[in-house]
Amino acid sequence: MFYKVAMNPILHLNKVFDNRIRLGIMSALMVNEEINFNDLKELLQITDGNLASHIKGLEESGYIQVQKGFIGRKTNTTYKATEAGFLAFKQHLAALEKMIKGTK
Amino acid sequence: MNNADLKQQEELQHIKQMMERSSRFISLSGLSGIAAGTCALVGAYFANNELMNTHARVLQNLNPADDATVTLDTSLLNSLLGNRLVQIAILTFMAALVSSFIFTFIRSKRTHVSLWGTTSKRLFINIAIPLLVGGLFLLKLMLLGGVGLVAPGCLLFYGLALVNASKYTLVEVRYLGYSQLLLGIINLFFIGSGLLFWTLGFGILHIVYGVMMWLKYERQ
Repeated sequence: MFYKVAMNPILHLNKVFDNRIRLGIMSALMVNEEINFNDLKELLQITDGNLASHIKGLEESGYIQVQKGFIGRKTNTTYKATEAGFLAFKQHLAALEKMIKGTK
Repeated sequence: MNNADLKQQEELQHIKQMMERSSRFISLSGLSGIAAGTCALVGAYFANNELMNTHARVLQNLNPADDATVTLDTSLLNSLLGNRLVQIAILTFMAALVSSFIFTFIRSKRTHVSLWGTTSKRLFINIAIPLLVGGLFLLKLMLLGGVGLVAPGCLLFYGLALVNASKYTLVEVRYLGYSQLLLGIINLFFIGSGLLFWTLGFGILHIVYGVMMWLKYERQ
């Protein structure tokens, strides 16, 4: 597999991450155990609806896990990266780096 | 460099930025450091005056004829002095806290990071733990009469707090922490010069750090 990456990194660029917002969500989840909806919204500076749709996309890909909870009476939904999410992100990152090194 | 390459560079930059912004409180303003340092210098000036006054008074009272009254006087004076210096210290701390808060508040508005969000809370808790424990320890130390260790103690606990907190804010805070620790350790060998080291650490170092951070991140 490493050989394949070296040969053609474009194959390993993940379509799911071909979007600023989804890439941002995943980046944040790589360094935080979990993040709630409002923190993601503040981080990415986007509307509720926009964020929700991208979260749904990532959830359907199996890259993030949603946990619904409460703080007092308010709902507090948090997100976590799954094993598959970590792996996919690492591969995407490796492919990006490979491409940059390859063209230098 | 072609366009596709530029896009990948940008993408990596974006990833890095999102990782930093989501895990560190980066709105700490350099101006806050300058403000806190200035408050410390003003506080140190008043503390120094206070020490000089007391010293002069003690010298005047120093009469070989009645040793007993002198010791009584000095112990009374000492407790008064302690109170007065403690008052100055508390006022200085409050002024530094409020003034540094203002500049960071302004910066947080500009960077769209809430001042009471996850990252700022994490930073606050991690700086507060060593500071509170250190404060209690130094209070007990003062009550037991170990006044000479208070200044190096302040520097050491503050340095530890900064090193700890640097994981949750600008990485440069770590170097400020190391510098405070170094000063605190040197101070241990010059116990009488506490105020000088205290002024260097809380005054000068803060201002130097603040100017450097402002030049690096905020100057437009």
